[in-house]
Amino acid sequence: MTPLSTIAFIVENRPGVLFKVSNMFRRRGYNIESISVGPLMDRSLARMTVTIEADGRVLRNLIEQLRGMVEVLRVKHLNPRRTVVREMALVKLNTTDPMAREEALRLVNSHHGLILDIDEDYIVAEITGSPGEIDSFLREAESIGIVELSRTGATALEKGELKL
Amino acid sequence: MAEMSGAEAFIKALEREGVETLFGVPGGAVIPICDALYDADIRFVLARHEQGAAHMADGYARASGRVGVCLATSGPGATNLITGLATANIDSSPVVAFTGQVPTSMIGTDAFQEVDIIGVTASITKHNIQVQRAREIPYAVKAAFYIASTGRRGVVLVDLPKDAQTNVEEMEFPEHIEFKGYSPNVEPDPRELDRAATLLAKAEKPIILAGGGVIASNACGELLELAELLMAPVATTLMGKGAIPSGHPLHIGMCGMHGTWEANHLVSEADVLLAIGSRFSDRTTGRVEEFTEARIIHIDIDPSEFDKNVEASLRVRGDAKLALRGLIERLRHISRRSGEGWMRRLEELREQRRRMEEEERGEGVKPPDLMKALRRLLPKEAIVTTEVGQCQMWAALHFDVYAPRTFLSSGGLGTMGWGFPAAIGAKAAKPEVPVVDIAGDGSFGMTENNLATAVEEELPVIVIILNNRVLGMVAQWQRLFYGRRYFGVHLGGSPDFVKLAEAYGAIGVRPGSMEEFEEAVKVGMESEAATVIDVPIDPEENVFPMVPPGRGLREILVED
Repeated sequence: MTPLSTIAFIVENRPGVLFKVSNMFRRRGYNIESISVGPLMDRSLARMTVTIEADGRVLRNLIEQLRGMVEVLRVKHLNPRRTVVREMALVKLNTTDPMAREEALRLVNSHHGLILDIDEDYIVAEITGSPGEIDSFLREAESIGIVELSRTGATALEKGELKL
Repeated sequence: MAEMSGAEAFIKALEREGVETLFGVPGGAVIPICDALYDADIRFVLARHEQGAAHMADGYARASGRVGVCLATSGPGATNLITGLATANIDSSPVVAFTGQVPTSMIGTDAFQEVDIIGVTASITKHNIQVQRAREIPYAVKAAFYIASTGRRGVVLVDLPKDAQTNVEEMEFPEHIEFKGYSPNVEPDPRELDRAATLLAKAEKPIILAGGGVIASNACGELLELAELLMAPVATTLMGKGAIPSGHPLHIGMCGMHGTWEANHLVSEADVLLAIGSRFSDRTTGRVEEFTEARIIHIDIDPSEFDKNVEASLRVRGDAKLALRGLIERLRHISRRSGEGWMRRLEELREQRRRMEEEERGEGVKPPDLMKALRRLLPKEAIVTTEVGQCQMWAALHFDVYAPRTFLSSGGLGTMGWGFPAAIGAKAAKPEVPVVDIAGDGSFGMTENNLATAVEEELPVIVIILNNRVLGMVAQWQRLFYGRRYFGVHLGGSPDFVKLAEAYGAIGVRPGSMEEFEEAVKVGMESEAATVIDVPIDPEENVFPMVPPGRGLREILVED
């Protein structure tokens, strides 16, 4: 399996840009694993983080394709050893069974999650961590019963003085 | 600052870009622009279908090196441009297309003649822009010309909603425009040039592959100088034809599926291959794993071409002219040039090819002979366009070219029907030189309605139809690789092209011999009306050499 790579890039923050970027990925046959977008302090710009199954020559070419787009200001492949990558998941668990509820609370707690809502039958938890940590939480939570799941996709920053 | 309508500002912005000719078809969503054009000093060439208008703008751009401009209305007008825009963009031809759009208040409502042309053209343009209000128009026009004509050239589409054309606002006309995300940064990195020069200086069997980028950057003089310095044979891609004069001792012709005997062998056998402004299309490389043994140096203005199709040993990002100058500077005093053995090998292959050509010489009027006769009749600066298929490959192989921008062909997209409207556009750019479209009957049938434009606009181009009454290249593949199971290729219902030409007010001739053909070309060159020369040829005729699809360049067939 091709390893997942994380690319971060700064784009103009205006309508149609997300379409053009995602259209380029589609047109060149790249499959986006996750994408997250949000504005910068200068709200005319936005930062996108894409994780994608690509490396080597394919990844290099993809970065150049992005660089070639008028709407894209800067692009960087983030070195995993020098990058913090985080993702958030909202998870709704079925906890009608008191045993399940106890197990769910323990599990959320052990993953440093938050309980955002709780009623007789369900809890909604927030889990933040690396995509791998979230995967491991979800594997454990599956036995309790995941009713609904929403993941944000990875967002990432480089460590220390490194900067996009 | 001045107050004016968006349409008036549009015309003023075009004039500021030096636009003299606009190819197009009007419609409801661009009537305000037509109204502003009424008083403008811009030639409007009315096509009969928007595809023709886009090809004309493309032909204009390729012949002149300047931006070609076309205009269409919203909806079907805009979608009809698409083949033309895709054709220009993939061949890096600088074209700006303007489309009308429904008023901004109606966008998204599926209004009459509304199409999301921004979404539709996103992957076939270098950039596209939808204007939101009148005062953005001067900026959008400036941006479009800037982006289309710099860096790797290409197509920019500007979508103009009708209210943006009619609203009156204070207008500002920018002198320059900048984008944070666009720097056509063309100066090559000296360290990359050093490394490339070092590798070239060590080469014993160097070869140059010249692509369309050499012509786009007007680097043909530098190409020749470097080739002579290194004593490196120069193969071209289809788009690079004209980058080095045919007949120069180092010119070995086109490489690829229909490459020459010399070019395909020498590319395979070289030890260092310097590719300039080529994207290593599959039609150029053949089976990519067997393309060449050589170490590859890839010079390109667009770094997204690096490693896309072929992995290079060294990559030099930059304008071809600047990169070539940098290499010449570094290599000017090298003592060692390519070995004598390499030149002997070139001569040996050339001799083999000549012998094979002698043996093939058969009866009747053969397309290669027509190409050679045409070359003798036309002045060196004449422009030839081609359609796509067998006619294109005969022209590429057998029509010699002495100057850049005199051989124009749809390379990347292979668009049948391109050559004729492109010839009209080229003639509009260069009325003083003869312009000839080398066509097949299948291709010409796709855009023959442009005869109306050629006649009305007094753009007397010559169309030579190599008429085999089949879709020749498909038939050739069916003959060679599908056991002669001809399907869907017979063009029995084609019109009499002589009468067709006459019906449009053009001249039609059907020569019966080589002498009559030559006479017809002369008539066409003197004529003030377009001329269609319909030359019957044998439908069984194949284009050789040919590398079967999926094979390496050396597996070259010279006969069936």
